[in-house]
Amino acid sequence: MFMEFNNDTPIFMQIADQIEDAILAGLFPEETQIPSTTEISVNYKLNPATALKGMNLLVDQGIIYKKRGLGMFVAEGAAARLKEKRKSQYFDNYVKRSIDEAKRLKITQNELIEMIQRGYEE
Amino acid sequence: MNGIQVKNCTKNYGDVRALNDVSLLFEPGKIYGLLGRNGAGKTTLLNLITNRIFADSGEVMVDGRSNKADNALRNLYMMSEKNYYPENMKIRDVFRWSKEFYPAFDMDYANSLADQFGLKTDKRIKALSTGYASIAKIIVALSVNADYVLLDEPVLGLDANHREMFYRLLLENYSERPKTFVISTHLIEEAANVIEDIVIIKNGQILRSQPCEQLLYEAYTVSGLATAVDEYGKNKHVFSEDIVGGLKSAYIMGTPDAEEARHKGLELSKPDLQKLFIRLTNE
Repeated sequence: MFMEFNNDTPIFMQIADQIEDAILAGLFPEETQIPSTTEISVNYKLNPATALKGMNLLVDQGIIYKKRGLGMFVAEGAAARLKEKRKSQYFDNYVKRSIDEAKRLKITQNELIEMIQRGYEE
Repeated sequence: MNGIQVKNCTKNYGDVRALNDVSLLFEPGKIYGLLGRNGAGKTTLLNLITNRIFADSGEVMVDGRSNKADNALRNLYMMSEKNYYPENMKIRDVFRWSKEFYPAFDMDYANSLADQFGLKTDKRIKALSTGYASIAKIIVALSVNADYVLLDEPVLGLDANHREMFYRLLLENYSERPKTFVISTHLIEEAANVIEDIVIIKNGQILRSQPCEQLLYEAYTVSGLATAVDEYGKNKHVFSEDIVGGLKSAYIMGTPDAEEARHKGLELSKPDLQKLFIRLTNE
């Protein structure tokens, strides 16, 4: 796993997002161990509290869980749940925004549907 | 453990007020960034905590006891920017003497750090470059196993590789044996993600003392046509501006109004810690 960070959102949220990406990509299959907060902290020169906060976001959603004395593991069904979550985010982040912009540009519903079809064909 | 508590400390050097009624708390087990421009009072504050200089008024408590009490400083170590070791002393003797004063000094760890940094312990203090003098002091600071470690400009003269190594070793050390680190540095960008809480000192006073993340997310920039930026900035807390031609960037405290910004054709972004620091501490 390779992480990169920007200033736009808090680092702990970016950590959670990038672990999610790795789970979705199959890099961390269900019931396998993910890097520890210490590993993430030392590797990416991040305060451990930040790394822990990112991990806890995923624990709260049941994506990963703690095995006592062993570390953090990917939960059963995590990838499927993440896919659902990302799908609903896709609607908010891309579909809604795209329609807003289309309205500003006076693109009709039919024109937008046509554009999407063209996008698939290209 | 209660941390280091600085209570209403004032320090004058002649007519100059180096610290003005400073109060703050360094909690146990946290990494702090102590930021300020040259002459802001960072070193004065650190020297005052370690009882190397005396406040004109106010007091410093370490774990609930005055820093002037016997043994109060045994759990506290300060790495100074200046070199206070005898010039002719060899590094290995610096380690040996450090163990005399700090019995928990970990000699094996110190030697392994020296190896990793490529510091030869049979060298004398006076033979070291600025960077290696810093490295020698960093090694002692990481090896003493004190609960409170104050680092005044630890990365002075270190090349980029050694600076990265320093932050990695510091975080490893912190993970294995949690302690309070107070890091004073001018290289803010590199330290920004390592520190948990930030203390900004300006003209001898505490300007900010809060979680780093909190500070970063209470400020933002808005840029675009100067007239539109001015319009947007009305009734908002604008604390700094850049103007280039008819374009303007404003630094604002608070939550951005994305709707209004989009409506006015303005762009919102987040400043990094260094940019924010410069804006907050400019005269």
